[in-house]
Amino acid sequence: MSKQLKELGEYIEAKRADCVLGWQIAHGEITVDVAPSNIAGLAEFLKTDQNCAFSTLVDITAVDWPERPKRFDVVYHMLSMYQNHRIRLRVAVREEDMVRSLCGVYPAANWFEREVFDMFGIIFTGHPDLRRILTDYGFRGYPLRKDFPTTGYTEVRYDEVQKRVVYEPVKLVQEYRQFDFMSPWEGADYILPGDEKEDTK
Amino acid sequence: MDGSNGFVDALTGEQKIRNFNINFGPQHPAAHGVLRLVLELDGELVERCDPHIGLLHRGTEKLMESRTYLQNLPYFDRLDYVAPMNQEHAWCLAIERLTGTEVPRRASLIRVLYSEIGRILNHLLNVTTQAMDVGALTPPLWGFEEREKLMIFYERACGARLHAAYFRPGGVHQDLPPELLDDIETWANEFPKVIDDIDGLLTENRVFKQRNVDIGIVSQQEALDWGFSGVMVRGSGMAWDLRRAQPYECYDEFDFLVPVGKNGDCFDRYLVRMEEMRQSLRIIHQSIEKLRAPEGQGDILTRGKVTPPKRGEMKRSMEALIHHFKLYTEGFHVPEGEVYAAVEAPKGEFGVYLVADGTNRPYRAKLRAPGFLHLQAMDHVAKGHQLADVAALIGTMDVVFGEIDR
Repeated sequence: MSKQLKELGEYIEAKRADCVLGWQIAHGEITVDVAPSNIAGLAEFLKTDQNCAFSTLVDITAVDWPERPKRFDVVYHMLSMYQNHRIRLRVAVREEDMVRSLCGVYPAANWFEREVFDMFGIIFTGHPDLRRILTDYGFRGYPLRKDFPTTGYTEVRYDEVQKRVVYEPVKLVQEYRQFDFMSPWEGADYILPGDEKEDTK
Repeated sequence: MDGSNGFVDALTGEQKIRNFNINFGPQHPAAHGVLRLVLELDGELVERCDPHIGLLHRGTEKLMESRTYLQNLPYFDRLDYVAPMNQEHAWCLAIERLTGTEVPRRASLIRVLYSEIGRILNHLLNVTTQAMDVGALTPPLWGFEEREKLMIFYERACGARLHAAYFRPGGVHQDLPPELLDDIETWANEFPKVIDDIDGLLTENRVFKQRNVDIGIVSQQEALDWGFSGVMVRGSGMAWDLRRAQPYECYDEFDFLVPVGKNGDCFDRYLVRMEEMRQSLRIIHQSIEKLRAPEGQGDILTRGKVTPPKRGEMKRSMEALIHHFKLYTEGFHVPEGEVYAAVEAPKGEFGVYLVADGTNRPYRAKLRAPGFLHLQAMDHVAKGHQLADVAALIGTMDVVFGEIDR
């Protein structure tokens, strides 16, 4: 399996050297890093080329890495039912960057890109209908970014007086608990009790 | 709304006809939960169909980022709540691949057995409620009786009828008692008669055929373009099944057939589902046999860092007690890496894309639900169909909003 994947990686790199920044195989899966400008072209190639024949788009998603200058990884998964292999494409983009939409190549990209836009705020150029998809009508913010609180900013309830649903800022009886499980010896990002005066010495 | 705006005299001028917009759902029983379809109708013909989803969005992926791997497992039961264990399976496979955990044979067989029970649970619900959507009321009553029996098997294995949390990284939570295997076998011997009964109600039923034959035809190219999986591709004549094509667990040692349709219409998909139930029964029989064989005995968890110690050990060994405490509070750590694990869930390919950063919580987990892509194609498939066919189309796509909205 990994030998075939190696051949596939070498083949793609040889054919489309302008798109591929690098590729690696881990856990029996191949990951190709792609330059942001070339993603649509590469997808077209992967779909039509006989040796790749990635007939189906499986998934598009993103990962937020706030500490990196290129904050987001847009991740594409594709499957070839003809060759029976999978591939993962990874595009690193800045927060203000726009990504070329794959709707022209795979119609299935439509909702996935809407979801990524909804959850991360990444804009896809050439998308026919880039609306929010999963969140509420009139929602603000991008929930899956790491700086978005899990509790959100607003809560809704039905108001008996006004006879309608009202939006209010979140009021919690108890603070949302985010436990720090890391052992203090391994890498706590806080000062251990008793160590406060360590620096002043 | 009906196009008579500003129209004065029925005899003069050209009549301006505007398309009619209606909301289908979210309360409509055929909308299978919380789907809102905005339909643009030209008379009775659907011109445009815009599904509004997210009414059941609970932010599962966000919640998962602040919980440990083990605490996240029960969220998977709440995705596709019609066949809960199949989702857990994908999560366990993803963790096992990242941590390099080998599953004991007995656990593997139990997983196969319960995945197939899940498949029958799902197909029973889908086939019978589709019949309900097109006007038959008896099949769901008969089907739910069988579902009830299957959920009792769920309950006897793990204590819960729906939210099982039974598949665990490294195996399954508890062993099956031999009597349960006997009862499943008895049920599996009787169930073909129920399938035949439902078959007799529906397959040659005039109304059911009129509502389903040649409705919602999906060609092979369309199925590929729209990213379909599961019955939606098999109904169109492609023998694509992850259990066969990319075997996971121990599916490669089971003997079963992959049924395919010919025309790719709603009726073919119904037939494929009926046949898949029969094939699942074959797998159930085989796995029970293998579970009884001497090779099928043994532990049901890989004892190690990701799994709890045995109860008896905990009473005697301090290390085991500490390990148990640490496992259920801190949880286990998964090495850095990313992995995509997919299973053939009853609805299609259910996948988990897991990014681990070496801590005890997933850095990012993306749940790839098959229904999401199927519903996406609704606009494409429903165009040109009658309004009444929309109900049949939603039925055949097998949408469950737990997994689509996540």
